[in-house]
Amino acid sequence: MMASRDDSTGLTVRELRVVFDTSRGPIFAVDGVALDVAPGEVMGLVGESGSGKSVSLRAVARLLHANARVTGSVRWRGQELLSLSDDQMLPIRGAQIGIIFQEPMAALNPVLPIGLQIEESLIAHTTMDKAQRQARALQLLDQVGIASGATRLAQFPHEFSGGMRQRAMIAIALAASPALLLADEPTTALDVTIQDQILRLLLRLKDELGMALLLVTHDLGVVAETCTRVAVMYAGRVCETGPTADVFANPHHAYTAALLRAMPGSGPAQAKLIPIPGMAPRLDAPSPGCAFAPRCTVSEPLCTTTRPPFVQEATRSSACYGRARL
Amino acid sequence: MSALLSASNLTRRFPGNRGLLDMLARKPRPVVHALSDVSIDVSAGETLGIVGESGCGKSTLARCLVRLIEPDEGNISFDGADVGSLEGPARRKFNRAVQMVFQDPYASLNPRMTVGSTLAEALRVHEIVPAAEINARVASLLDLVQLPATAATRYPHEFSGGQRQRIGIARALAVEPRVIIADEPVSALDVSVQAQIVNLFMELQERLGLALVFITHDLRLVRHMTHRVAVMYLGRVVEIGPVEDIFTAPRHPYTRALISAVPQLTPGLLRGEPAVRGELPSPLSPPSGCAFHPRCPIALPQCAAERPALDARGGTWPVACLRADEA
Ligand SMILES: Nc1ncnc2c1ncn2[C@@H]1O[C@H](COP(=O)(O)OP(=O)(O)OP(=O)(O)O)[C@@H](O)[C@H]1O
Ligand SMILES: Nc1ncnc2c1ncn2[C@@H]1O[C@H](COP(=O)(O)OP(=O)(O)OP(=O)(O)O)[C@@H](O)[C@H]1O
Ligand SMILES: [Mg+2]
Ligand SMILES: [Mg+2]
Repeated sequence: MMASRDDSTGLTVRELRVVFDTSRGPIFAVDGVALDVAPGEVMGLVGESGSGKSVSLRAVARLLHANARVTGSVRWRGQELLSLSDDQMLPIRGAQIGIIFQEPMAALNPVLPIGLQIEESLIAHTTMDKAQRQARALQLLDQVGIASGATRLAQFPHEFSGGMRQRAMIAIALAASPALLLADEPTTALDVTIQDQILRLLLRLKDELGMALLLVTHDLGVVAETCTRVAVMYAGRVCETGPTADVFANPHHAYTAALLRAMPGSGPAQAKLIPIPGMAPRLDAPSPGCAFAPRCTVSEPLCTTTRPPFVQEATRSSACYGRARL
Repeated sequence: MSALLSASNLTRRFPGNRGLLDMLARKPRPVVHALSDVSIDVSAGETLGIVGESGCGKSTLARCLVRLIEPDEGNISFDGADVGSLEGPARRKFNRAVQMVFQDPYASLNPRMTVGSTLAEALRVHEIVPAAEINARVASLLDLVQLPATAATRYPHEFSGGQRQRIGIARALAVEPRVIIADEPVSALDVSVQAQIVNLFMELQERLGLALVFITHDLRLVRHMTHRVAVMYLGRVVEIGPVEDIFTAPRHPYTRALISAVPQLTPGLLRGEPAVRGELPSPLSPPSGCAFHPRCPIALPQCAAERPALDARGGTWPVACLRADEA
C-alpha cells in the first residue's frame, strides 16, 4: 500500500547533500538523498554505521554544525525548510517537527530536572498553564513506561538509566504533539518489552493524529514490524526504497542483500556471523561509481566508473547494476 | 572453570529526589533500589550475558564490577583477591585488567581530545607499548574496530553514533584487559558492523581467554554469543543458567515474556498482545514478595507475600519463582 505523495502535506526531501568542511578537507556525508514521508506513514531508514542517517535527519531539522554545507530541497507541508532563517525555523522545530536524538546524553540538559525539560517544550509550543503542563509531563512519563512519575520528574538525567534517558527524550519530542517525528534509533537502549510499548505508542500517535514518522534504526526486526516502507542507505546515498515486505523478501540492491545476510540468528549459535567483507567506504573521496562496488559480490566494471541511476518502478526504486544477479 | 571475576550479594541504593510539596509534608526521601543481592561470576574464556528491562540495574551492576561505584553491601573478587581491599599497584593492575565499554559513548569520551590522543593516553598510562610504537598501535586498534587510521586526528563529535561506540570499544581493548564489561556495546551498529565487532570479541576470547560480561537487550545476540545468561528484574537476578537451555525452556515467567517479545523479520504490524502487561514496576517502591507478581500471568496470592529465593527448584539452573517451569 503506497501512501499518497502529496507534496503539500508531508515531508519531501530531494537531492539532499551535506558536506562537512574540516581541516583535512571536505567530508561528503550525505550525497543526494531523496525521501518522502506522508502523514500517517512510517518510513524506515536503515543503513551502514556512518552512512549519513543521522546527518540527514539533522539536515531536515536544520540542526547541523556551522561547518556543514547543506544543499538540495527539504519541503515540509509545501514549505522549503532549507531557505528559512533560524528564527523562522524555531516555531516549526519542536512544535510541528519533533526530534528524538540518537544519543540522549548529548541532547538532554545535564543540570535541569527532566520535568522542567519537558515543560520547556510545552512552554515554547503550547498555551498550557503550569498545572496543565505538569499533568501533561506526568502523562508523558507514564506513556513512555516510567513509573513513579512525580519523583522521576524531579530527577536529573544522570539519575536515570540509559533507557530511561532515551524515553525521557521521547517524552520531550512528543510533548507538543508534532505532526512529523524524526526518530533516530529511538529504542536502541530499550529491552524488547519496553521497545514494544514505545513502538505501540508511536504507531498509535500515527493512527490517531496522523503523525508522519521517519524512523532510523539498525534493527531490521523493528523495521519489519513497524515500517510501511523502508529506505536503505550506504555511503551517503539511498540505495533503494520500497514497501518493507518487498525489500526484505527480494532486495534490489546488492548492499541490502548483504545486510540481510548479516543478521544474527540466521546461522548456528557460537558460529561466526557473516559481516560484509571489506572496508567501510571513504567519504573524503567519493567514488565516481557505486560506493558499494569494492565490497560487492556481483559488481561489474561499470559499477566502479559510473554511478548507477535510480530506477523507478511501481512502488520501488533502486540504484544497482547487479540487480538481476542478486 | 574457576571464576575470574565474581560478585556476591551486591546491593546498591540511590537516594531519590523529593518535590517541594513532599519536602514540606516531611515525606521521607525516596530510595531507588537499583541492585539487590546480586551474585554473578565469569570465568576466563567465558561470556556471561545480562538481560532485563530498562532500569533494572544492569549498568549499576557493571559500574560496581569495575569499581566506578561502590556497592552498599556485598563484595567482588578478582583472581581470588577481594577487590575492595586492593591498593596501590594491585589496584592499578585491576584497573587495567578489568575494562568497561560504556553504554553512552558520547558521555564517556573527552570531547576536547582527538580519538588518537584518547587511545594513546590509555596506552601510556598503563605502559602497554614503548612510546615509539604508540602511533602504530593506535592505528591498529582503529583498524580492529573498522575505523580508518585517519580517525585518530578527529574529535568525538565528528563521528556517527556507531563510530563513537566503536571508539569506546577500541579504548577498552587498548590496555589488553582480561575482563571486559561491555554495556550495550553494539546497540548503535548496523548488523554487518555488529557482526564484525561480535566476531572480534569472540576471536579475542578464543586467542586470549578474555572473559566477557555482555549487557544487551538484543536477545538474538545473547543466544548467539553468550555461554550463560542472567535475567534481571527490578534489581535482582531472577534466572541464571546456560543460554541455550534458557532459550529452549525458560523457567521464569518473565524470561518467557522477554523471549516471546523478540521482533521477527517477517513483516507485519506489532503482534496483537503486548508482551508484558500490567502496572509498571518502580525501583522506588518495589512490589512486595516477588517483584514481578503484579504483571505475572500465573501469580498466586502467595507471590505477593513472599519473595522466592533464587535456587534450583528441581531443575538444573537457579530460578526465583514459586511456579517455575509452569506455563
Ligand atoms: N561534524 C562532523 N564533521 C565531520 N564529519 C562528520 C560530522 N558529523 C558526522 N560526520 C561524518 O558523516 C558521516 C555520516 O554520519 P551520520 O552520523 O549521519 O551516520 P549514521 O548513518 O547516523 O551512522 P550510525 O548508524 O553509526 O549512527 C560519518 O562518516 C561521520 O563520520
Ligand atoms: N546516579 C544515580 N542516582 C540515582 N539513581 C540512579 C543512579 N544511577 C542509576 N540510578 C537508578 O537505578 C536504577 C537502575 O539503573 P541502571 O542504569 O542500572 O539500569 P539499566 O538496567 O542499566 O537500564 P537501561 O537498560 O535503561 O540502561 C534506575 O532506576 C535508575 O534511575
Ligand atoms: Mg546515527
Ligand atoms: Mg544501562
